[in-house]
Amino acid sequence: MGLALLLLIWLITLTSTYFFAAKTWWLPVGASAAAPWIDHQFALTFVLMGIIFLAAQLGLGYIVWRYSAKPSSPPVAYTHGNTKLEIVWTALTAILFIGLTLMGGNVWASQRWDPPENGAVKVEVTGMQFAWYFRYPGPDGTYGATSPKLIDPSSGGEGAVGLNPSDPSSKDDVVTGTMYLPVNREVDLSLRSIDVIHSFFVPSLRFKQDAVPGLNIHMHLKPTAIGDYEIACAELCGLGHYKMHGMVHVVSQEDFDKWLAAREAEKQ
Amino acid sequence: MATAAPVHAHAAPQGFIRKYIFSLDHKVIGLQYFFLALTAVFVGMFLSLLMRIHMIWPTQVWPIIGEIKPETYLSLLTMHGTIMVFFVLTTAPQGGFGNYMLPIQIGAPDMAFPVLNMLSFWTTFVGFIVLLSAFFVAGGAPLHGWTGYPPLSAVPSAGPGEGLGADLWITSIAIFCIASLMGALNFITTTLDLRAKGMTMMRMPLTCWSWFITAILGLLAFGVLLSAGILLLLDRNLGTSFYVPLIVVNGVVMAHKGGSPLLWQHLFWFFGHPEVYIAILPGMGVASQVLSTFSRKPIFGYKAMVYAMLAIGFFGFMVWGHHMFMSGMSPYSAFAFSILTMCIGVPSAIKTFNWLGTMWRGRIRFQTPMLYAIGFVSLFVSGGLSGPFLAQPVLDIQLHDTYFVVGHFHLIMGVAAIFGIFAATYYWFPKMFGRMMNETLGRIHFFITLAGTYAIFMPMHYLGLAGQTRRYSQFTEVAYQAKLIPLQTFMTYAAIITIAAQFIFVFNLFWSMFKGPKASDNPWEATTLEWTTTTPPPHDNFGGRTPVVNHGPYEYGVPGAPRDYVMQTDPVTSTAH
Repeated sequence: MGLALLLLIWLITLTSTYFFAAKTWWLPVGASAAAPWIDHQFALTFVLMGIIFLAAQLGLGYIVWRYSAKPSSPPVAYTHGNTKLEIVWTALTAILFIGLTLMGGNVWASQRWDPPENGAVKVEVTGMQFAWYFRYPGPDGTYGATSPKLIDPSSGGEGAVGLNPSDPSSKDDVVTGTMYLPVNREVDLSLRSIDVIHSFFVPSLRFKQDAVPGLNIHMHLKPTAIGDYEIACAELCGLGHYKMHGMVHVVSQEDFDKWLAAREAEKQ
Repeated sequence: MATAAPVHAHAAPQGFIRKYIFSLDHKVIGLQYFFLALTAVFVGMFLSLLMRIHMIWPTQVWPIIGEIKPETYLSLLTMHGTIMVFFVLTTAPQGGFGNYMLPIQIGAPDMAFPVLNMLSFWTTFVGFIVLLSAFFVAGGAPLHGWTGYPPLSAVPSAGPGEGLGADLWITSIAIFCIASLMGALNFITTTLDLRAKGMTMMRMPLTCWSWFITAILGLLAFGVLLSAGILLLLDRNLGTSFYVPLIVVNGVVMAHKGGSPLLWQHLFWFFGHPEVYIAILPGMGVASQVLSTFSRKPIFGYKAMVYAMLAIGFFGFMVWGHHMFMSGMSPYSAFAFSILTMCIGVPSAIKTFNWLGTMWRGRIRFQTPMLYAIGFVSLFVSGGLSGPFLAQPVLDIQLHDTYFVVGHFHLIMGVAAIFGIFAATYYWFPKMFGRMMNETLGRIHFFITLAGTYAIFMPMHYLGLAGQTRRYSQFTEVAYQAKLIPLQTFMTYAAIITIAAQFIFVFNLFWSMFKGPKASDNPWEATTLEWTTTTPPPHDNFGGRTPVVNHGPYEYGVPGAPRDYVMQTDPVTSTAH
């Protein structure tokens, strides 16, 4: 029985570890400035937790096999523990776990504590059942006023976010259903929701933030590779949650300017 | 330390209703809780089966149940989570085994408040019926998930099932909270006041410590959830705006203003995180008890185990914010919650070291309870080690609300806790029913269940890393997720096999209840007080005797002792503690 347990526990452990180590299913290739830092912290945590995982599970399998009761087994060690050992592993675990958090702290701080760089591209993200809308403030750099009373989800675009056309700064606002971002430029995001909580998740950009009704949440990120990246809603928002999907197109500054100018022209 | 006062004694009832239905006997109430949880776990498991088959064959029309629509899928997941967390993981380990065994293990004739005990069971039962009724009302069961985040859960027009179904869901949870508060008071008072002579706190079995600490957590946590639920009912039905700001649903401006959706999350997780420990602490107690008994060795570091459980309980109340790193909560407080969460990893690691230390240089006997205790340790390690990923806000950016989280909590508070319940069932079955369970069936059940649970839940970590968001009824709408469907299919097959294997357990349970070989008073050669009384125990637990305790709970392999174990009531010797 001890041997059967050893084999099963070791098999489970080694198979599980193999798929992590081989990266058969893994994080998508990172495409933002934060990605290398986050991925580094991932790798570090994986190595440390992996060592503990292997040691504990392989050790468990070994112990149950090694100390199976046999007629020839020696008498058990009559011990109630070892205070020195308890102190040693308490201290080691505390240092390891807390140290790990502190190491990741810088990345978190740069992401969420610091304000965006000057000259960041402003984009407002609005979530609603079950679509994402993106608003660019236009040449004046100021978002026009919106009003809940003007919100009409069925109209799409400006009507969906409740843009108030009588506000002068709303004249040049562009509202789209697809997000375009220039590469290698800081993006200053405002996240809103008009109905329930949604979550704006772009795995390739290592970005996730809930959009909460009643709050305007400011975040920033910097895409670093041209490409198309999928957005998935990550907070249960109702029956269409699974299809609340969108796209981020990261393009060159030139293409971005052209695209935005074309949208402005359409609007006039 | 008081001995049981005569006021607690009540004569054995004779009529069927007083004996088996509205019983005041903690043993009968424990069994009632156990069978309620057994019913609930099969309902919850059946719902998960429907979810798994829907994810893989979304358009299939099934006999009897028909086609599962996306909104049905969300109702299934809401009810699965709610049933499992409340009516299984809280009900079985604490209400079931705690009720049955705590008084006996501390040498008391019953719980401190037998009537309150009966009330808390029947209140729980009503809560369960109210919850199930949500399936049968117009609109069906709610789709807002077991966490019920407003505004989705606060606005009836936000989705199907958010009408009467959602009201019933909240009401059920509120009823459950009241029942759990009654239970918690009873457990705490019983532990503090009814211990037998010589049963000092530091001589209590670790199971009793786990039930005691769980009760304290329950007392502090369920009151908060109850209040939160009442506020949500007010928002839904009386036009208040605790949780709902000005919102527009389907183009209609709602009559709410100024509420905060994050308030619910704070209140819910202030309950929700301790709840995780309410589910798992009794499993830790049982694992400790079983590992020591079947290794024939004292528990390694008894005091460290007690302090570790106290530390887990204490820190458990300071980490709720780690569920909210992505919620818009202050990123500064996220950092504090992160550090405190990592602190909880320390006592958890101590427990694991001590379990391994207990088996080290033991003489391990592999009866089924021991297999489940070993499985518990393995699952606790696997589920625990994904914790330090999720506890780091910077990694949570990628992992929050993905299958990584689903894999994490299923391993640690789901299946590990269930393994604790299995260990407890196989271990105490002889005492509760007077017969032995079948060992061969127990082993087959164990090996399929352990391999099966890993096959279901380990791949969830890979899915989460790849960005598979949770609570999606279909994976075809997002291109990168569609590529992950083969792994989901594998998990569904694993789930079908694992669920099928649970019928081996049910067969073994009921067959052994009537046909198993008769059990002796102490079939496992264990040391704690429940094994000093007859099998099954008499109405007053010790047949008029009051046990006197002379030893610690895990005195195995004592040098110089006549047998390899010294029971807690054995006469004082020079060698045993």
